[in-house]
Amino acid sequence: MDFSILISNFWSLGLDGLVVGAIYALISLGYTLVYGVLRLINFAHSEIFMIGTMAVYLVVLQFGFTGYEDPLPLIKFIGIFLLFATVAGIVSGGSAVLLEIVAYRRLRNMGASRLSSLISAIGASFFLVEVFRKISDSKNLDFPRLINKDPFFTAGTLYLSADKVLVLVGATIIFLILNRIINHTKLGMGIRAVSQDERTAILMGVNVNRIISYTFLLGGVLAGVGSAFYMVFYETTKANVGFLVGISAFTAAVLGGIGNVRGALVGSFALGLIQQYTSAVLGYNWRDVVTFVILVLVLLIKPTGLFGEALQKARV
Amino acid sequence: MALMKASSLNLRDKFGDWWDGANPAQRTIFRIVLIGIFYALPMLNNPIIDTPETSFSSVLFYPLVMFSLMAVGLNVVVGKSGILDLGYVAFFAIGAYTHAVMSIHTPLNFWEILPFAMGFAMLAGLILGLPALRLRGDYLAIITLGFGEIVRIVAVNTEAIGGSAGLTDIPGPDSIFGVEFTVMDPRPYYWLTLTLLLVVIWGVMRLSQRKPGRAWEAIREDEDVAEFMGVATLKYKLWAFIIGGAVGGLAGAIYASQIRSIQPELFTLNLSIMILACVVFGGMGNIWGVILGAVILGYAPEKLRFLSDYRIIFFGLLMVVMMNIRPNGLLPRKKREHFQEKNK
Repeated sequence: MDFSILISNFWSLGLDGLVVGAIYALISLGYTLVYGVLRLINFAHSEIFMIGTMAVYLVVLQFGFTGYEDPLPLIKFIGIFLLFATVAGIVSGGSAVLLEIVAYRRLRNMGASRLSSLISAIGASFFLVEVFRKISDSKNLDFPRLINKDPFFTAGTLYLSADKVLVLVGATIIFLILNRIINHTKLGMGIRAVSQDERTAILMGVNVNRIISYTFLLGGVLAGVGSAFYMVFYETTKANVGFLVGISAFTAAVLGGIGNVRGALVGSFALGLIQQYTSAVLGYNWRDVVTFVILVLVLLIKPTGLFGEALQKARV
Repeated sequence: MALMKASSLNLRDKFGDWWDGANPAQRTIFRIVLIGIFYALPMLNNPIIDTPETSFSSVLFYPLVMFSLMAVGLNVVVGKSGILDLGYVAFFAIGAYTHAVMSIHTPLNFWEILPFAMGFAMLAGLILGLPALRLRGDYLAIITLGFGEIVRIVAVNTEAIGGSAGLTDIPGPDSIFGVEFTVMDPRPYYWLTLTLLLVVIWGVMRLSQRKPGRAWEAIREDEDVAEFMGVATLKYKLWAFIIGGAVGGLAGAIYASQIRSIQPELFTLNLSIMILACVVFGGMGNIWGVILGAVILGYAPEKLRFLSDYRIIFFGLLMVVMMNIRPNGLLPRKKREHFQEKNK
């Protein structure tokens, strides 16, 4: 155990934790929203994120960047980034809707068991990973550096760089929009209604299948936008990128209380910070082991998470 | 689809009726002939069943009988008790590493290590299962998924067991009853695994017909009701998990003794998913179904080489399709008589 790295980099690790947490938050919201309406963990959600990173990679290829250019001016970069986020959002959102139709809908309408839906989703997940592994030839797909990542502001051990600010500001805007959608639109009201009581929602004339499709769409779009941030921050992707990111985002959702939007946000930032600080002490290789241990501990000690699960203990 | 369902069900029922009507002598003869055929399989030299690129007898060992053994073990967990374990490969890895480490560092031989390999896998099942099995099914699934990957990550990061390079020069089993286990000949390993598979099948069938089997079935059908009716659900789920783990550990030890060098990369999630696909495809809960699933899914990619590069794609797709059109698999389990009046 070596705490010197932790102490000497305390603030910059904290900033990284928030940045990583913001990316997790965008993905964990998809788990939480779908859990809210279906009471099911969408196992293939990590692949929806992976498809988003692939879409961003394909878009950047169209620009012909080699990675050795001078960094783009900020305005131009933001323009390109908006394009990434839009394309990834559309592709991921579309894939999520398609996934729901192929892997879940029929089973749901048949009233199949939870086990069947899980197996179907896990099958879809592995199918997608392997298809992309074949397409990408198992390679790491490296993303060119588009923006100057040197810190523009330094205070003690805190280094602010443009990419981190972009992730934090961008994610905050998305959260505000999401909050607006959930709390102040008809779609949001439908999602909340189905989450609270599906049968009553049907009686009140809510088209549940449509609400579920829209929920998958919303979760997919968020994961797609998250994948655009991820690509700018990490600058690499591969076919199974979704697995560890997915486990982290899921852990974050559980930590905050799955089915609970506010919980997913807090859980994600908390997990991002925990990961950064524990990696500094134990070494980066153990990061995912730590995440997993946190997941087990939360489920063991307080399965409803920090903010409470939407529907406690229902063990259908 | 309806036709397929009807015809295969009839075949199954016809055999079932014959079996029910057969006297003990007929049953014994049938069993002996069937088992004899399986033992004789590596001696066959038939171009129709031979596989290109790898010899048929090595395909018989891995994947066929190995997949069957693991599928029978996983079936206790997924099929019989309805617990979705997505990290079954972890038990396989623990068994393999136990054999590798102990055979290199201790004077014990393969046969003496086998109980340890199974024991450590059971212990892992207990340590993971005790907290995890209290949770609802989908949490459990993701925890086991994480566990499978974590065991691999720990193996990669622990230099004492070889890190990412793994362990090499693992001794094979000592000869037994005059059968030598050599690197070149996979047949003794096939016979060994087949024998152990038969023992495991016998044990699992005995358990299924007795109290644990009834408890598992009750848990699978409705856990809350089972608990309400006085079934100690956690205890029986834990037993299912531990028994499944022990079989996985056993398979891992045999595997390590045959291939003689192991790396963490052999134990990826894909293996868990392949075994799960065998169980799902063959028919969850029916031991003969899952073996049929393991044999078909193990054999098809070896025979049809174009499939082998795409096997996970194919297996993933198969799981979605099976769940949607035939959720009970090729050979569905026979409902117990006291369940039959309840249709579905």
